[in-house]
Amino acid sequence: MEVPISFYLVLSGLVFLIGLVGVLIRRNIIIILLSIELMLNATNINFVAFSSYLGNLSGQVFVFFALTVAAAEVAVGLAIIIALYRHSASINIDDFRMLKW
Amino acid sequence: MNIPLADIVTILPELIVIGMACLLLVLDPITPKSKKDLLAWASLGALAVCVIMILGSFGGRVMAFSDLVVVDGYASFWKLLLCLVSGMTILLSMTYLKEEHIDLAEFYGFILLALVGMMVMVSGADLLVIYLGIELMSITLYIMVGFKRFEARSIESSAKYFVLGAFSSGILLYGISLLFGVAGSTRLSEIASTMNDQSLSDPLVLISLMLIIVGFGFKVAAVPFHMWTPDVYQGAPTSVTAFMAVASKAASFAAFLRVLLEAFGGLKPNWTGMILVLCLLTVALGNLVAIVQTNVKRMLAYSSIAHAGYALIGLVVAGWIGTEAGVSARGVSSLMLYLAIYSFMTLGAFSMVAILRNGGLEGEELNDFTGLAKRHKGGAFLMMVFMVSLAGIPPTAGFIGKFYLFMAAVNAGLAWLAVIGLVFAAISAFYYLRVVMVMYMREPSSEQELTTRLALSPSVSVVLACAIAGVVLLGIFPGPLVSVADLSTLPVK
Amino acid sequence: MGSEAVPLNYIPVVIFMVIGALFGVGSLVVGLVLRPSRPYRAKLLPYESGSPLFMDARVQFPMRYYIIAMLFVIFDIEVVFLFPWAVVFKKLGLLGLIEMGLFLAILIVGFWYAWKKGALDWD
Repeated sequence: MEVPISFYLVLSGLVFLIGLVGVLIRRNIIIILLSIELMLNATNINFVAFSSYLGNLSGQVFVFFALTVAAAEVAVGLAIIIALYRHSASINIDDFRMLKW
Repeated sequence: MNIPLADIVTILPELIVIGMACLLLVLDPITPKSKKDLLAWASLGALAVCVIMILGSFGGRVMAFSDLVVVDGYASFWKLLLCLVSGMTILLSMTYLKEEHIDLAEFYGFILLALVGMMVMVSGADLLVIYLGIELMSITLYIMVGFKRFEARSIESSAKYFVLGAFSSGILLYGISLLFGVAGSTRLSEIASTMNDQSLSDPLVLISLMLIIVGFGFKVAAVPFHMWTPDVYQGAPTSVTAFMAVASKAASFAAFLRVLLEAFGGLKPNWTGMILVLCLLTVALGNLVAIVQTNVKRMLAYSSIAHAGYALIGLVVAGWIGTEAGVSARGVSSLMLYLAIYSFMTLGAFSMVAILRNGGLEGEELNDFTGLAKRHKGGAFLMMVFMVSLAGIPPTAGFIGKFYLFMAAVNAGLAWLAVIGLVFAAISAFYYLRVVMVMYMREPSSEQELTTRLALSPSVSVVLACAIAGVVLLGIFPGPLVSVADLSTLPVK
Repeated sequence: MGSEAVPLNYIPVVIFMVIGALFGVGSLVVGLVLRPSRPYRAKLLPYESGSPLFMDARVQFPMRYYIIAMLFVIFDIEVVFLFPWAVVFKKLGLLGLIEMGLFLAILIVGFWYAWKKGALDWD
């Protein structure tokens, strides 16, 4: 007796959609960063769920790498946001119109 | 204990480059400013060793690390191109960074790290490896785009690139995770073996295929996933723009082709249509929007989008149902040929923009090229050759690239696609030749007459010489490169 | 046990969550009903170790903190690879030790770079 795979898929699908919509409609760049993290974590749910469902460990290995890459991405992203804030004192992407968006 | 020596030897070029990159990061903080050029030369040396090693092992097909990595002719072809382009970028940056007053030798380290990412991408035989390569390339590029960190424009474009790049990686990764659930593996060969007739209508497979195409669509800047390209190309330091427009596009195409043809080779009916739509949109929008641009960097950005569209014709041919294997393989090889030629001419054009940059002159507005023929004959001539080649006019290499692509399309029974490509190539001549017209037909203003000093240096001259040699020689003797591309094409099932 | 679609094993968790929520809400409600409410100014001030407030608590942190935080994120996540490695350490043998040594050496390159670039200086 265990939780069926479809539950995990629905959960990860919802988390992914929340992240996707968040990136598209939120204007604060930090919230956008968080939304991207949600998308990546939805992926991790998928991998772990499939990995346990299929009895195949390579999904969990993938999660390790995805986590590490996400951390590197966040560190670089935060650095860029800080540099951006120093220039414009704003983290609202509507304020960045120097280049045609 | 058994050391997997054979496996390590297989990825030795990558190890050399990554070792050199680490060495640069260690040495940069303790190297005095006047000696930073030495580090650039050292990285060029590492690239040279790398090229020799790849040439030495050209041809065969070796799998390593329990089928995670494959080194075949296809991978070697792209790796050679990427090493060459990276070397030219380093040479170009040596002068350009001085003009911009950036004296950080880790820039070369970043180029090498991005190069490793790309090399991993093109020889990954597992989606995990390909994903890691993409991320190593992208994260490094986010930093390089914002390298002029005291200039708001550079940082802004870096932020845009980061948001859309990370977004697209997320989409790609979600597609991979669904595919893992269906196939039970991320190896391309095992995915291919689990795909059967039922997979054609399996919703999970379809969704994951779509997400993967969208993810790669962002990376190769295909319309409608191109919106980041003009902004990022315009805001980034010019040598980084050149690197992105050429190397990252080539590597993304290489991985895209391998994933679609090796993992989804059995699902051609599902993806050929999508790629065809992307291809038509990209060719049309890239060329039409380029017409109204007044900033040369932005114009070249749209031109790079348009060229990605032409290259997609090769992928459509490779995936078209009912074509013989030989014709499909020709689609792949003509795409490889096209991107190799595109690399030379685009790198040359961006180098010209980069050396116009000096002192107060940005050198990237169309006006900055006014009357260049009067001010600097050689520079104007080089720019003209690159523009003519980008427009695809004989006897330059750009014509050869388009010729082979369109011939492949005609052979696959897609003559109408070739005609559309031709029409848009004719339209593109308008905005390429406008640059030539501005350089040759207009008089420079007196102010411009005084300020012109091209930031030429021996290293930039080498880059320009390589680019012009590529454009002219490949235009006149395309034979050798064509046969190399034919030899190293991906086996299409 | 029950049907496939209803995960019965999780019912204790649900019961626990319900009891927890009830306890929290309940104790707040009981306190609200029972306690006398006689506010005056000094009582409404935020409590700061007995000393009076002298500035707003919402200040900007120095950039330093962000840089340290970013470095922490990077170096912290690498432990993800150390744990599984430690579990199978004996099976991997010398090769595993060499590989992890290489991995840590690359991290040390990053650490040296951050150090030499002055990311760890406080002044």
